[in-house]
Amino acid sequence: MKQSNARRLAGVVLAATVVAGGCSAGGSGEGPVTLTLLAHDSFAVSDDVLAAFTEATGIRVKLLQGGDAGTVVNQAVLAKGSPQADVLFGVDSTFLSRALDADLFVPYEASGSEAIPADLVLDPKHRVTSIDYGDVCLNYDKAYFAGSGIPVPSSLEDLLDPQYANLLVVENPATSSPGLAFLLATVAEFGANDWEAYWQGLVDNGVEVTSGWEEAYYGSFSGGGTSEGDRPLVVSYASSPPAEVVFADPPLQDAPTGTIDATCYRQIEGAGILRGTSHEAEAEALIDFLLSVRFQEDVPLSMFVFPVNPAAALPQVFLDHASRPTNVYEVPTADLDAHREEWIDTWTDLVVR
Amino acid sequence: MALLGPPVVFLLVFFAWPVANIVGEGLRGDGGWDLSGFTEVLGDPDLRQVAWFTLWQAAASTLATLVIALPAAHMLARYEFRGRRLVQALAAVPFVMPTVVVGAAFLALLGEHGPLGLDGRGTVVAIVIAHVFFNHAVVVRTVGGLWEGLDPATEEAARVLGATRLQAFRAVTLPALRPAIASATVITFLFTFTSFGVIRILGGARHVTLEVEIYRQTADLLNLPVASVLALLQLLAVGALLIVQGRVERRRRTTGVALHPASRRRARTSGERAWVSANLLVLALLLGVPLASLVERSFRTPDGHGFAGWRALGDAQRGSGLFVAPIEAVGNSLRFAAVATLLAVLLGGLAAAALARAQGRMAHALDGLLLLPLGTSAVTVGFGFLIALDAPVDLRASPWLVPIAQALIALPFVVRTMTPVLRSIDPRLRDAAAVLGASPGAAWREVDLPLVRRAVLVAAGFAFAISLGEFGATTVIARADAPTMPVAIARLLSRPGPLNTTQAFALSTILMLLTTGAVLLVDHRRGRDRSRSDGWV
Repeated sequence: MKQSNARRLAGVVLAATVVAGGCSAGGSGEGPVTLTLLAHDSFAVSDDVLAAFTEATGIRVKLLQGGDAGTVVNQAVLAKGSPQADVLFGVDSTFLSRALDADLFVPYEASGSEAIPADLVLDPKHRVTSIDYGDVCLNYDKAYFAGSGIPVPSSLEDLLDPQYANLLVVENPATSSPGLAFLLATVAEFGANDWEAYWQGLVDNGVEVTSGWEEAYYGSFSGGGTSEGDRPLVVSYASSPPAEVVFADPPLQDAPTGTIDATCYRQIEGAGILRGTSHEAEAEALIDFLLSVRFQEDVPLSMFVFPVNPAAALPQVFLDHASRPTNVYEVPTADLDAHREEWIDTWTDLVVR
Repeated sequence: MALLGPPVVFLLVFFAWPVANIVGEGLRGDGGWDLSGFTEVLGDPDLRQVAWFTLWQAAASTLATLVIALPAAHMLARYEFRGRRLVQALAAVPFVMPTVVVGAAFLALLGEHGPLGLDGRGTVVAIVIAHVFFNHAVVVRTVGGLWEGLDPATEEAARVLGATRLQAFRAVTLPALRPAIASATVITFLFTFTSFGVIRILGGARHVTLEVEIYRQTADLLNLPVASVLALLQLLAVGALLIVQGRVERRRRTTGVALHPASRRRARTSGERAWVSANLLVLALLLGVPLASLVERSFRTPDGHGFAGWRALGDAQRGSGLFVAPIEAVGNSLRFAAVATLLAVLLGGLAAAALARAQGRMAHALDGLLLLPLGTSAVTVGFGFLIALDAPVDLRASPWLVPIAQALIALPFVVRTMTPVLRSIDPRLRDAAAVLGASPGAAWREVDLPLVRRAVLVAAGFAFAISLGEFGATTVIARADAPTMPVAIARLLSRPGPLNTTQAFALSTILMLLTTGAVLLVDHRRGRDRSRSDGWV
């Protein structure tokens, strides 16, 4: 008796599994097309903006999110030939060459891509279209520097000055993407031969290292609204000061933090059409949309990065509180891919071992 | 054995096949097997160091957990005091809290600006403390569950015959507890051996476990040959551990212990009162402080305390990183957890029913196999899904993948809870019912069902709580955008702005309350029928 009960149950479970598969496999075929957009966990867009795209084109967008930028690119590389999505959002300069080497994308020259400033173009061959960029910069605690009389440092070199001893907290580049960006800034500034000596200087001057951005910003930094630490210098984003204003309750007039413009490393982020998609035309329409003013103007307050489309207006809070450095550090993507692991290993031996 | 069909098929499709695929991908070179990964791993002193650290920190963490949790298990099993049920339920919360949340609380406590005034970050001590926090409940519930069923009269008899308290404990109680202690030890070791979140947050770059290294090799470097070898090594180690565990379980079963209804009493002597107080103090410090600081943080504002974070949970705020209101994540989590619980209880129930009837080596092997998903890196399974589940139907973009992964994690607990109960049903009861004229259906309804129902509820409660808090597997699966609470918390925490942090902690508080609720419900059920439940919970 029990045996047959169990068998019936077994049937139900298997049927449920198959139905689950069936449900998800549907979607393509007749009716409106549903595109799948694979993105990292930081991707965000306002509901009405996405709805506007569906309304204008009849194309629905289903979002898949799968970890951080590196993880998502690696997922796409593994699933090459049988992509789980039509469009990938979130290839940045750090992982660009891995994606291009794997030949993940179908080239497409998006309408509007000619307007992207040359220094923001990720791939001249249009396999990846730049969508947004963000700068990783040193942030400082305004109250601390106003109160202590010490001038705000104005360059990476300044940080070696004994008056800034024990004031800086950075993230570990092995586990944190802003941490890696800051390491790359120092490599770009001091060169492949001298960056190690610079870091030795930082260590001697009492730099603190945390594993992630949260620990640095909330745990060790003193400037943010809910920060608990006592170090007035932290590696964070150029958009952190406006974020401090936007996410304050009660509202703030002025950001409690500022950025040091001469310390910024730029990360450009793009999207591409995954090779193997069966909806190439619709995917092209989505790339066009990602570059359109409607989406681009949503980018600052949704993802706290800057739009690449110069026609997109920045929200007032960004104009008031975000700095837009003109000279930023960058490391060529080929160098990056060749040396990333080596730099991180060297850094680890030097700083934390 | 037909009962085993569905759970075995489930494990084959959603565990063995994906893992075999990704490991195979790593071990296959151009046109053949490429085993260079083995020489690379075995010859690399850094990786040997990783393996050694993984092993010894797990041993140290397990020992520390036992030392701190065994007295608590005794106190909770033997003494009655006001609020005991709540303390017991709260004590189970850390086990299901996502590391990302607790990591933040621990950083605040152990950071150089914390109340302890010492910088514990990046030290092994910090890692061990965090591991004790997370695994405390495993020991308390496994050992405590058995302890409260032991008849105190036996120990008292020894005392009357002249034994000291310690002698009586060693001669009478300890032998009876030994199987449960051994079982808790193995499970704790398994969890700390495969520790990921704690190490990522507290370990710094110096302290890396195999699990973290597998993640780095796979998700960051895409170095599949090395990742595959490491995954195999970890699987081998866990397999060996499970064989040991199987032996232990066998001994546990052969140690016939008559279980009694719990007999708690109030502490009488001053020594007993001190014992209870001391244990409560340790619980308060170890479990209470991090959890309380989490709740406190949810009310923090730049200039004092308030409800801003809680109010903001209802807004689909721009830029919060979720384009749904964070409170919707609660609904998502509940839905996913409900499906996962259903799957885990159905499949686990079938497996338990089969195991309860099975005898000998076969049963033990199966029992161990069901635990293997716990010992496998989440990123291995997640990336395995990616290359294995695209045909015949493409499941990779399916919203079912999240509850399936959660069910995979909850399954072992369900099996562990239900098997002992099902095994304890005396077939003679069924025979007696048949002799008295009951049809097989009626016999099942009257004899098996009442016992099974309670076990199912207990298993479901725990599966539900585990699914609610599951973060590791959920985060590496590309999932349709319906963020669960742990995912939403992680996203909120990863952005600047005071409101994002307080929202993250408010959401964590909700998660904590839901978990406590689920466990309280389970304990309430268990309270009514404690005679047979010597399983995991």
